[in-house]
Amino acid sequence: MKPIELEKVKDILKSYQNKDVYVHVETTNGAYASHFGNKGVNVGAYIRNAKVKYIESDLKGESGAFRAGLKLEAGWIYAEGLSDYEVTESNQLLLAGHDQAGRLTVALQISEQPFK
Amino acid sequence: MEIKNIVVSFPHPDDESFGTAGLIYESNQKNIPVTYLCGTLGEMGRNMGIPPIANRESLADIRKKELKDACEHLGIDYQLLGYRDKAMEFENKTQMAEHIKSILEEIKPSHVVTHYPGHGVHPDHNAQGAATIEAVRLMEPDKRPVVWAAAISHNYIEELGNPDVVIDAEKNFEFKMDAIMQHKSQAEGMLEKMEEPSEDIMIKELKERLGKEEFYIWHFNE
Ligand SMILES: [Zn+2]
Repeated sequence: MKPIELEKVKDILKSYQNKDVYVHVETTNGAYASHFGNKGVNVGAYIRNAKVKYIESDLKGESGAFRAGLKLEAGWIYAEGLSDYEVTESNQLLLAGHDQAGRLTVALQISEQPFK
Repeated sequence: MEIKNIVVSFPHPDDESFGTAGLIYESNQKNIPVTYLCGTLGEMGRNMGIPPIANRESLADIRKKELKDACEHLGIDYQLLGYRDKAMEFENKTQMAEHIKSILEEIKPSHVVTHYPGHGVHPDHNAQGAATIEAVRLMEPDKRPVVWAAAISHNYIEELGNPDVVIDAEKNFEFKMDAIMQHKSQAEGMLEKMEEPSEDIMIKELKERLGKEEFYIWHFNE
């Protein structure tokens, strides 16, 4: 992945607007957060291959900590702390945030085909 | 009971190296075959390597390759069970047990190593441990392999007493660390987290954490 380029990624988000797409949304502090170092409870959630159609999209914030919002007909998809992006060979848009140790903290991914 | 062949049943690529590399080393010396049943590809893992070499979508294939390399280094066979990382505890436990039982009936191990349910820390560890023990329980009592259950919770000695089997992996620590390091996307995150002031202290700390492989013999009460 590489650092998010604001205008470029905005355009990619727009390219999926008003289409049926599959999303993967995830956030985590790791399965061992409470086991190592008393960092409190493990928190995390993911949705994989939810089929949605969004009618507006935007990316805000600054380098290292962008926020993405996708407006649905009846709701929202939101992710913050996004720093990196990649468009895969199968044309999936991957957005992610990482901590200093390179561990994934948040992900928002969009694809016209279901993720594997 | 004499050890003839061993099945190790854990959910993630790298559990076999962290948990049983010392046991595998000793088994190799005695020509005892070992097969690893790996529940998932660890595809929901958070570590992506330092610097990141993976992303959420490429992690599955990367960890699959790391598992292959680690098992080559360990000199063991492996089979993938095909479950999804972090989701094993939500699967139908009976179906999972039947699935594992069908594989055990083919391999016919004398010993099965898995996580001690409730003391595995990670929900996948507990789920695969419970399903593996259930798989063995479903077998005819005289056909059951011996189950060695690995407990890694903070309080396992308090709750379970002293383990029945202790393998000294420190004797062959390089073999174990080389196996762990095959899981490049994962191992560097672990080493980074330790933030020890020097390599000597780090190795000492690693030996403390990974130098012993301890197991409890599972008792089936009919
Ligand atoms: Zn594991």
